[in-house]
Formats: sequence, C-alpha cells, structure tokens
Amino acid sequence: MPKLITVISGKGGTGKTTLTAAFASLANNALIGDCDVDAADIHLILKPELTSKQDFYGMEVASINRDNCSACGLCAERCRFGAISKELVITAHICEGCGVCSLVCPENAITMKEHKAGEIFRSVTRFGPLVHAKLGIGEETSGKLVSMVRKISSEMAVENGIDLIIVDGPPGTGCSVIASITGGDLVLIVTEPSVAGIHDLKRVFEVTAHFGIKAVVCINKYNINEEKTADIEKFCQIKGIDVVGKLPLSDIPVKAMIKGQTVIEYDDGTFSGAVRDMWDKIMAGSCG
Amino acid sequence: MKIAVASGKGGTGKTTVSLNLALSLENVQLLDCDVEEPNCNLFLDHELEKVRDVQVQVPVISKERCDLCMKCVDACRFNALAKLLKSVMFFPKLCHGCGACSLVCPLGAIHEEGRSIGIIERSASSSSGTELYQGLLSIGEPMASPIIHALKTYIDDTRTVIIDSPPGLACPAISAITGTDYCVLVTEPTPFGLHDLSLAVELLKELHIPYGVVINRYGIGDERVDRYCSENNIPVLMKIPNELKIAELYSQGIPFVLKMPQWKANFLDMFSQIQKLTGRC
Repeated sequence: MPKLITVISGKGGTGKTTLTAAFASLANNALIGDCDVDAADIHLILKPELTSKQDFYGMEVASINRDNCSACGLCAERCRFGAISKELVITAHICEGCGVCSLVCPENAITMKEHKAGEIFRSVTRFGPLVHAKLGIGEETSGKLVSMVRKISSEMAVENGIDLIIVDGPPGTGCSVIASITGGDLVLIVTEPSVAGIHDLKRVFEVTAHFGIKAVVCINKYNINEEKTADIEKFCQIKGIDVVGKLPLSDIPVKAMIKGQTVIEYDDGTFSGAVRDMWDKIMAGSCG
Repeated sequence: MKIAVASGKGGTGKTTVSLNLALSLENVQLLDCDVEEPNCNLFLDHELEKVRDVQVQVPVISKERCDLCMKCVDACRFNALAKLLKSVMFFPKLCHGCGACSLVCPLGAIHEEGRSIGIIERSASSSSGTELYQGLLSIGEPMASPIIHALKTYIDDTRTVIIDSPPGLACPAISAITGTDYCVLVTEPTPFGLHDLSLAVELLKELHIPYGVVINRYGIGDERVDRYCSENNIPVLMKIPNELKIAELYSQGIPFVLKMPQWKANFLDMFSQIQKLTGRC
C-alpha cells in the first residue's frame, strides 16, 4: 500500500494547496490527489494533461411522476429534509436521496433516479500523476466524492508503482475532512498565527486524534504575530506534535500562483528553502 | 433582511466581512454558520449561553422483536445499517436520520432516539448591538447541515441578519446560503480566488439569490478578478486593501472597524448598496 499524507488546516486559506503543489515538485515518486472537491485549485498550478475522466454519481434524487400523483402530500409531510414543497415540487439540492418519499407514496408515483453529481479526472502532470474532481454546482455529496478520489488515487498509485500519495485536503472538520484523512499515514496541519488559526488548529487536531492519525504542523506567515506563533508552538509541545516548518509572510506564493508555478519552481531563495527543509523533515521523520 | 457572506475558497475573509459589517450597523443578528470552525466569537468575545443540543433521530432496534428480515438494511441508502449473523449493526455517523428504517420495519422493532451531534449557543446578553448565534459541530461528527438548519430557525426577520457561511460550495455552504435575500461573495485577487469565485457565482445563479463581490487583500495579486466581475456585470461592493495593519488586527482577534473607524462608512455604504440592489430601501 502506498503511504498517504493529507494536508489540511481547519481554517481555510492558510496555504494547503500552495504547499501540496510544492511537495509535488519535491517528491521523487508521488501521486497527487485533490480532495478539496468543492474548491479544487491545485490543477491551476499543476496544469494536468487529462488521460481519462469518469462521471461521479451521488445519492439518487427523488422524482415525482405527475401522471400518477394524487397530490395527497404524504411525501412532503414525511420528508425530514424539507426537500418537497407544499406544491409537491422537489428541490434537488436539498433532497438527500433517502427514498422515504418513494416508500410512503400510496400511488407509487415517486422513483429514485440516478444522478450525476460530478466528474473525476485522471491526469499526468510535470511532477507525476494527479487525480482531481469537480463536484457539480449545488451538489451535496462531497464526502462520497472525496472517498472516490481517494480510492482512484490508491488504484492509480499501485498501477504505476508509486509509493506515496499526497492529498490536498479541504478546510473544516466535517465529512470531507474525515473522508480525506481516515486510514492515512500522516496529516500535515497548516496553520497561521491568528486567534482563528489557533482555534481551528486545535479543533482539527482533535479530529486527527479522534481517528488516531499522526499529525504534524506547519506555521505559515509565522512572523505576522510572533506571540501567537509562540502560543502554537507551546500547544504543539504539550500535545507532542512536531512543528515541521515555519514559513514567513511572503509574496512568493501569490507570484508563483499567477505564473502557474510551484513556489519551488518560482523561487530558489530562503522561502523555497524553508519549504524544502520542511519536506525533508516530513520524509525523514514522520512518513519514512 | 438576511445577508449571507460566503466564498468558494476558504480564508478569503468571510468572517472579517461578516463581523465588520455587523459592527458597523445597529441591531444586528449575526449567525456563525461555519459550524465546523466557528470563529466570530473569537473577535466578539461575548459570553455565550447554550441554547440547545442538535440531534439527529437515529434508530434503536429491539433485538427481541427483530427477526432479521433485513428490510431496514435494504431501505437505508446511507449504509448505516449492516447485517451481521445474529443482529443488525448500526453505524451512527452514517445515519442521516431520515426514518426509512423504522418506516419499513414490519414488526415495529425500530424506534428512534435523538443523538446529539453538536450544539447551538447565543450571546448571553443582548446589550451590545450585535447578537451572536453560533453552532458547533462535535469533533468527529461528519454532518454540519443539521446544525446549520437548526441555527437558522433562530433567525429574527425583523432585524438585519448576517450569516457567516462555511467555505466551499457543498452541503454546508448551500444550507447556510439558501433562503437569504443577498449573498456577499468574498474573494481575493489571485488565480485560486478567481477560480473559486466563478464556481460560487454558478451556485448562486442556481439558487436564484442575488450577489455581489468583496475583493479582500486588494493589491496582492492581479487584475483578473476585477475583469471577471466587470465582464459579467457583477457588482464589486467593496475592496479591502492588502494592508499589514488589517492582517495584524485580524491575527489578534480585533475586527478592524474598531481600530480603523473610518471603515465603518465603507461598510454602511456597502449595506445601502445591498439595500438598493435588493429593492429594500
């Protein structure tokens, strides 16, 4: 089985994708999986060449056949998600696909229909293979799509003799995060020294601990508030979490992004040096 | 009027815009719907009181009555029930609480009980101008949407309601945005910001909710977000410059209008633009 590292953050916008892309250009033989399926961005830097794509089917969605419907309203009454209006119109993006309406309908007028909820892409990039996905607009099954990206990433890694999968994860602590990290070998939590960054780090660390996955931390923009950086380091020390890297506030990530490059490609100075050191530490210590 | 503050990309400044807008107006109800990582009260520091638990109705199967017919296992579309040799196994975190299992059980062997997945809290005193409601999803729980739905039942329509939405465009964000009168999309002028903004715009078109854009960290990247908004006739409601002072205040947990009061006028102006755009002035 290939090793799996997932980059998450709790708080959004701390630099997950920038770092995952940088790791892609530093790793020798890795596959990249983009599990931030509702705001997938890493393809903007890795510029994949598509090799194949497949449709992703989410939960089925209820559909009322008007010819058979007697307008009794039982479906609307029994739907616990409020997906069926008084006028008996189903709102697809609210329907969770539980099928209760079709079970209670006395006229058998409701069927559950297969429903394309997104697409999954297999690609090659200048750094190796990439699996990414696009959740359809207004679709609800991001956890399930994340699991599919994970599954295809593993299959593709095995087929290609790749021993490491690096996953760009979503923000938050809920279903897509859980689907991105469970069964993995290591989680890198990217945080920033702000009250929100620390708060969100603590919560998402608890999630990793809850599922028994080893976590390490990177403090991005550490010099924006050195006091808060010290607080993060103290928290990590108490919890026994390695702080594998501290990156300064810099305009390099945005400049590199505008050029469609990783920070490693764009810069050969101290910033990319710090990212390189962090990667070496991750490889040497936690995921060796 | 209910205003959602949202973004596709995380970390663009939703909480910053929600808070500073709320603090620039009178008599506001602020709902922190980012229940996976609620941050508003880190800046407001209100004393909070618990309003209630949020529960999902989950099945309890009576072993005495169950004859292992497996109708419940077949009916559950979330794989929350599985057949074992001598019993039905239940996986609580996969259960959406739809009630299909108890509905199909021919022996009445399934009843439902509430399972708590998080809580709702609110400001203990509403003496200050902003009343905060926030939801908190328990650690390890996957489903944010039931908390957001519960939180939104506390909306007081007689006031201005600001909804700080979760990042992304999937279920939690849709739950937060649905039913609002206007959506402020916060973005940053970078390729990632633009890409995720364009996806958020598609979602709002789908939801038929009017929207405008706030460009945060203006000056950090390039002109593509400006161009995208003007080409698509999307109103740019405000630009917040990429200033170190704003970032420092944010890091300390201070809403910047409190230290840079000249910005209140800009947020008030944004609010009156929204009133005009929604025909509510």
